[in-house]
Order: sequence, then C-alpha cells, then structure tokens
Amino acid sequence: MEHRKLDLALAIGGAAGQGIATPGNILARLLAGRGLHVHAYNAYQSIIRGGHIFLTIRTSDRPLGSHGDRLDVLVCLNQDTMDRHLRLMGPGTSVIFNGDRVKPGEAQEGVRLCPVPVHELTGNDPNPALQNTVALGVLMHLLGLDPALLKDSLTRQFGRKGPDVLDPNLRAGLAGFEHARGRFSPLPTPIPRGGTPLGLWSGNDALAMGGAAAGVKFYCAYPMSPSTGVLHWMSRHARELGILVRQVEDEISVANMTIGAAHAGCRAMCATSGGGFALMTEAVGMAGMMEVPVVFIDVQRGGPSTGLPTKTEQADLWQALGASQGEFPRVVVAPTDALDAFRTIPELFNLVDRYQCPGIVLSDLLISEGTFSADPGAIDLHPAIERGETILEGSSPGGYRRYLDTGSGISPRAVPGLEGFEHVVSTDEHDEDGGIISDEFTDPRVRRKMVEKRARKFQDALDRIPAPVLEGPAGAEVTLVCWGSTRGVLREARERLEEEGVACNLLAIKWLVPFHAAAVAAILAAARRTVVVEQNHSGQFARYLRSETGIAAAAHIRKYDGEPLQPHHVVEGVRAILAGSTELHVPDHEIRV
Amino acid sequence: MPAPTTRGGDAPKPTAKDFKSSVHPDWCPGCGDFGVLACLQKACAELGLLPHRVVTVSGIGCSSNLPGYIRTYGMHTLHGRALPVATGVKMANHELTVLVTGGDGDGYGIGGNHLTHTARRNVNLTYVVMNNQIYGLTTGQVSPTSLPGMKTKSTPFGNLEPQFNPITSAIMNGATFVARGFSGHGQHLTDLIRQAILHEGFALVDAFSPCVTFNHDNDFKFFRARIRRLEEEGHDPGDWKSACEKALLWGDTIYTGVFLRVQRPTMESQEPVLADGGPLARRAVGLTGAQAQGILAGMM
Repeated sequence: MEHRKLDLALAIGGAAGQGIATPGNILARLLAGRGLHVHAYNAYQSIIRGGHIFLTIRTSDRPLGSHGDRLDVLVCLNQDTMDRHLRLMGPGTSVIFNGDRVKPGEAQEGVRLCPVPVHELTGNDPNPALQNTVALGVLMHLLGLDPALLKDSLTRQFGRKGPDVLDPNLRAGLAGFEHARGRFSPLPTPIPRGGTPLGLWSGNDALAMGGAAAGVKFYCAYPMSPSTGVLHWMSRHARELGILVRQVEDEISVANMTIGAAHAGCRAMCATSGGGFALMTEAVGMAGMMEVPVVFIDVQRGGPSTGLPTKTEQADLWQALGASQGEFPRVVVAPTDALDAFRTIPELFNLVDRYQCPGIVLSDLLISEGTFSADPGAIDLHPAIERGETILEGSSPGGYRRYLDTGSGISPRAVPGLEGFEHVVSTDEHDEDGGIISDEFTDPRVRRKMVEKRARKFQDALDRIPAPVLEGPAGAEVTLVCWGSTRGVLREARERLEEEGVACNLLAIKWLVPFHAAAVAAILAAARRTVVVEQNHSGQFARYLRSETGIAAAAHIRKYDGEPLQPHHVVEGVRAILAGSTELHVPDHEIRV
Repeated sequence: MPAPTTRGGDAPKPTAKDFKSSVHPDWCPGCGDFGVLACLQKACAELGLLPHRVVTVSGIGCSSNLPGYIRTYGMHTLHGRALPVATGVKMANHELTVLVTGGDGDGYGIGGNHLTHTARRNVNLTYVVMNNQIYGLTTGQVSPTSLPGMKTKSTPFGNLEPQFNPITSAIMNGATFVARGFSGHGQHLTDLIRQAILHEGFALVDAFSPCVTFNHDNDFKFFRARIRRLEEEGHDPGDWKSACEKALLWGDTIYTGVFLRVQRPTMESQEPVLADGGPLARRAVGLTGAQAQGILAGMM
C-alpha cells in the first residue's frame, strides 16, 4: 500500500433542514479542486426537517474506497450531534460547536473542544444557517487553508443569490476564520495545494452519465430514494443532450414506457429502488419474452417493503435474479464504485443490444448517494456503442421473421416504421414470425424451440464479460469475497489486515448473471478460508455462490443495520473468524445515526 | 426528411385488405370484436395510412389479440399496460401512427391508472376499447363496466358495484377526443375511429363490442334498441358539460358519437427535445464533443 501523506476525515452533524449540505458541498468541492481525493457519505433519514443528519467527508492525496473508520474533526450544529458523537472522538481530534447553544459532554482525554460564539461573531444575526458558515470558517483555518479560498468558495455558493445573502455569509465565514486563528492551532497536516483538480460526482450522477454516454435517448422514472438522483441528473441535462426525460404515474408505467421506447429503437433506461423494481417486475419478463433490450437500475435500500428509504443494503440480489415469472436470459451486474457504475452502463447496453434482453443494474445507496472525487480524464464519454443485430433503417422485400431460429439464438431485430419488416411482438409465447401459439394450438415442439432459442442467446455471453480477478497474494490465509459496492471498503480492510500480518486476498464480483462460475470456482477451490462479506442478513450472495459453484464459504461477515460497512468492521470480523470464535460475524455499528 | 406516413397522390389507394394479416382471429363466432377490427382496418385504409408506419399496441384479453390480426407493426404487451408501452413507442418515434386496442377489463380495470394519466398528458394516441362489460378470456367474471346487479361467475348473487364510466372519466382527466361507438354500427364506428386517428391528441373510442358467450345481458339487441346518435341530437362536442350529461345516460337511451372534441397541445408537441431532429429512434447515438465537455465542466 502506498503511504498516504494525508488522510483526514471531517464530519458535520445536525438536523435535516439546518443546511448541512452547503458547507459539506463547499468543502468537498474545495478539496477536490485542489486535486485531493474525496469520499463522502451522508447518514440521513426520511425526514425533511429534524432527525439527525451526519455527513462524513474523508480526503486524501491517494484514492479512497470508503469513508474510513475515524474522524479528525467533528462539527456539531446541534446538541444532539454532540451527545451522539463526542464519545467516539479520540485523542488529537477537534470538536467544533456553537458555544452559545451546544454544551459539550464528557470528552475523552486529548480531544480538543473548539466552542465558537456564533451570536457574537454574526452580530446577533437571526439567520440560523449562518452558524454553518461560521463553522466553515473555523474549519478552513484548522485545515490550514487561506481565507481568500473561503471567500471564493462562499461567492461561488451564494453569489448568484445576491449581496443580501452573500455578504452576511462572507462576514460570518471570515469572522469564524479569524476567531479560530486567534485560538486554535491548525491540524498537523495542512491541506496540500496545487494538485490537478478533480471533479465531484455521486454514483447516481455516474449512472446517469453512463446512460448519456451509452446513447440513452429515453429516460423515465418515478421518484424513489435512493435512485432519484439519476432522474435529477437526467432532467437537468435533458435538453442539452437531447434525452427525453419523463416522470410518470408509477413504476409500472415507467418500465412499460421504457420498453416501448426501446422497442421503437431508442436506447432506453430507468432507475428505481427495490419497491419500484417490484412493480416493474412483470415488465422485466415482457422485455425477456419480446426480446427488447432495456436497462433497469435498482438502487438498493434497506428492505423489505418500505424498509429504510435512506439507508443502504444489498438485499435485492435474489429479487433481481428472480424478477418476473418464467425463464429468460437477463444480465445482472453490480458496479463496484462510481466510476465503475459509469462504465457499466455502456457495457451493459452493448450486451443487452446484442442479446436482446433486459439488463439489471444493482447499485445501492452507498454508491448512488455517496459523493466522490473523480478524475475527468478517466471519464470516457465516448465509449464503444455496439447495437448488435438491430435493423434501424432500410426495407425488406418480405419474409421477415422477428424471432428467426438462428444458431446463435439471436434474431435480427427490426424496429417499427421500416417497410417490409412489419411484425407482431408478443408476451404470449410465439413462433418465429411472432404469431402467438398460446391460444388455439400450443405446439409443444414450437414452445420448446422458442425456449431454447432464447436461452441459446447467452451461449457466448461469458466471453464478453471479464472474469473476476483475485487481488492480493496467492495462497493467503483468508480470501474475502464481496460483490458490488463494498469493494472499496474491502480493499482497505484487506490492506489493513496485511499490515497487521494477516495474509489476505480479495475476490470482488461485479457481473452476477451471467456468472463466471468456473473461474470463481477455480479461485475459491484454492482458497484456504473463504469469507463472504455482504450487506444483508441471509447471505444472499453466499447462497448464489453455492448454487453456481457448489462452494460453501467457510465464514461470513454480514451487516444489515442500514449503515455502510467500514473497513474496521471487516478487519474485526476476520480477526474473530480466525480466532475461531464465530463463522458469522455481524459488526456493531458504533455510530448512532 | 420524415418518412411518409400516408400514401402519396399517385400510389394506389389502400384498401382494408392491405391491413388484414394472414392470421384468422380466434374470437368466438359472432363476437363484437370482428366488427371493431374491420372498422379499424377500414379507417386506416380510408386515411391512406401505410401499414409499416402504424403500430398497434394492445394489452391482454380477447380483444387484445387484435394486433395479430391487423397488418401493421404490432405489440401484444402486458395486461393493462398497452398505454404506457404505446406512449414509449410514440415518444421514441413520434412520426408513427400509434393505435392502442384492448378491452374494458384491460383498459378500465387493471390499466385504469394509465388511462387517467395518458389522457391528462394528451399523448397523440388513438385508443379503441372493445367494451363488452365482462371478462371474457377468463370465462366470464364481472368487469368495471358491468351493470349493477349483473350475475357473473364472480358475482353469482349480483354485482354490487356501479359502472365505471369511461366517457366522463376520460373527459375529466383531460382527453381531447372522446367518442363511443358500437360494433353493430360499422360505418359509424369506422367514421369515429377515422376522426380519432386524425385528431391531434389523446383520443378514446369506447366501442360496445358484445360478448356473445359470457354476457347475455348486453348483447347486440340490447344496444340496437337503445342507441341514439349524438350527431342527430345537435350535440356540441366543444361542450364538456353537455358531453358528460349525455355520457351519464344509461337506460332507454344510450348515446354513441363524438362526445368531446377540443384542442390542446399534445405532450409531443410541447417536448423541446422532439422539436427538431426527427424521431429519437432515428437520431445518432452518442454524445458530441461539446456535450461531453459540458458534462465534465459541470463536475468541476
């Protein structure tokens, strides 16, 4: 592991409606703008005013895969935050709070308390949001940043709202900065300057951008946390990118409309969370039966039912595997981080266009609503676009059969509007010409032929997706296995374990269907102790792994409390498993959010 | 240049035969749906439409088998979901004529929510509902348009629910063309469908299409005895209140004809993304350099 010169985590806590997002955005942007890597996670609830919001921003000179394990600076915008989090702050950390209103509790030895007299510093301005700006000023000083940067950032944030908003914020920010300068020494490692600026995005931004890059022309959604960010990005960019974006009456309509647009020749996509995906399920089967290429994104949240709308989980795997009745080829993929989410969408569109089937993306709140730095140079907005055997123009003298029984199982797909290609597609079982066989004469041989034709489409699919690769030393004592969004956390945990002398490697799975069963089985057959790590209760991936490879993991780390895995949860779990004290470690989430 | 949807001047005039597929309908002999299918084929021919420029989208049910029997592009989708699928097709290629067909259970029962919102959006679709007031393909259960008291397999002691009124519902929800016809009055129904296709906006044609097997209450005789034509009553299709009053009548007199015809911008016409550049489905896929630059700049 390359040594990090800087590894700093700040948290801002308060109630919904207090405006935590503003100083959070300013800081994240400022850090990324200086070329630092940023990984931010916001713990929040399904409430517009009140509750407890806790934003963690971690920054480093090296790429980050998680929001880390510890905090260096805590900003308490209310008493609740102080009461919940002070006990977790260790020696060398700083706690900033509004000294007029928030009383510190019992702090551990070595915690620096930084009360800020907000009333005095804002000249008794009644606007409560100014305390955020004062706190930002204090933070900027602690980070060793120049006050001119504070001024720039506040102007960028508030400038367009006019001097009535900007000026009090400038005064408050600078007053906070000056107050801190006179009283608190900056943190030992100042924020370096001059790196190549990085951008910021969320996983939802990345999924939407992936769609735009893939040539999506129709995007449709019904708002549902934590997927709504995709809709927001698409709506904002619709006109400049020529993407038709619609919010419609329910997810049933969303899925069916998306399939309609896809059938007519557009690349079309929709995103939702598990509950919405449940409503889309029947349509997933329609895309399978009609052989329409379409992409569904399920941004997983805590379930079942309404569950935890603002919390993360990986418990929709079997929902995706089993979405809709009957059997049909589908692609299921779980991106491993925001950049991977971006790249996955064009890759998936190429696959579903080739195989004329639905594709399902399993993201989750951790990726989709996290804020991450991104190197714009790594974002290729012109990926390869391969539409398979799609007939988008021309005409036919006749004899076209939409579901021609080919060796590959893939039948050339003509879109409506072309002369001579007229045909019917149907959710009923049909023959090669699309005519339904379900009503008058269900010929068992035709049925068998069509089932086999559809299934045959995937015969070469594994050649088109990379097999997962083992990271870390061969022959390690422990092989960690994870899927989707937790790869970054697991990588960090693996490095930590190695540092502690536990030989450890990692198998991170992205493509779930089709599954590289032989490659995975070969890796795991050689593993000494396989530990599957996932964010659900029943071990959904462990079960899938066993069904596909016959390999049962030796032990499991599972977290299903709604909050994301942190590296130390995994490290502690592996230690407990190696000590022989458990085969199933369920980490305790210490942070009360 | 958009591909033509209708035949030019010199081309031979299409006939209803041009819209006949090779598949014979599997409806029961005497089913009202035969008449509706013939009217649709005739209306398409009269309008000079080209079969490959038309998409017929249906849900599931006896009448929803119709796309297999008309020679256009066809989509036989899910029960109740024809309207959203058709909307997707129309958004992706707004130069196509999109017809939607189905039954009362499909459109007014399971698909009722989509009818509400498709009408509200005023998508330029023609929706022909073959209303037989019964679930036929499932062998005779009560439908949203079944009469109160009607005995069916699922209401052996009589239906307790009032009728769903598709005409007033569509009007209240913002449909801009709302008509009712009868399978037994072919020429009239053909004319209603023709007007509905010509109409710029969401057009509902509720067509009484008797089920000869499972609904013996509302048969051809029932309608022939009661139907009166709005055109003969001097009804003004611009008057929604009068339209609703006439649509609520269900007794000795049941009206057919155009209840409502008003102009309101369609969803497609208001969609800036569709203003220039032709159908989405025919546009180049992929971003321009400037678009990509704009996206990346927004991240910084």
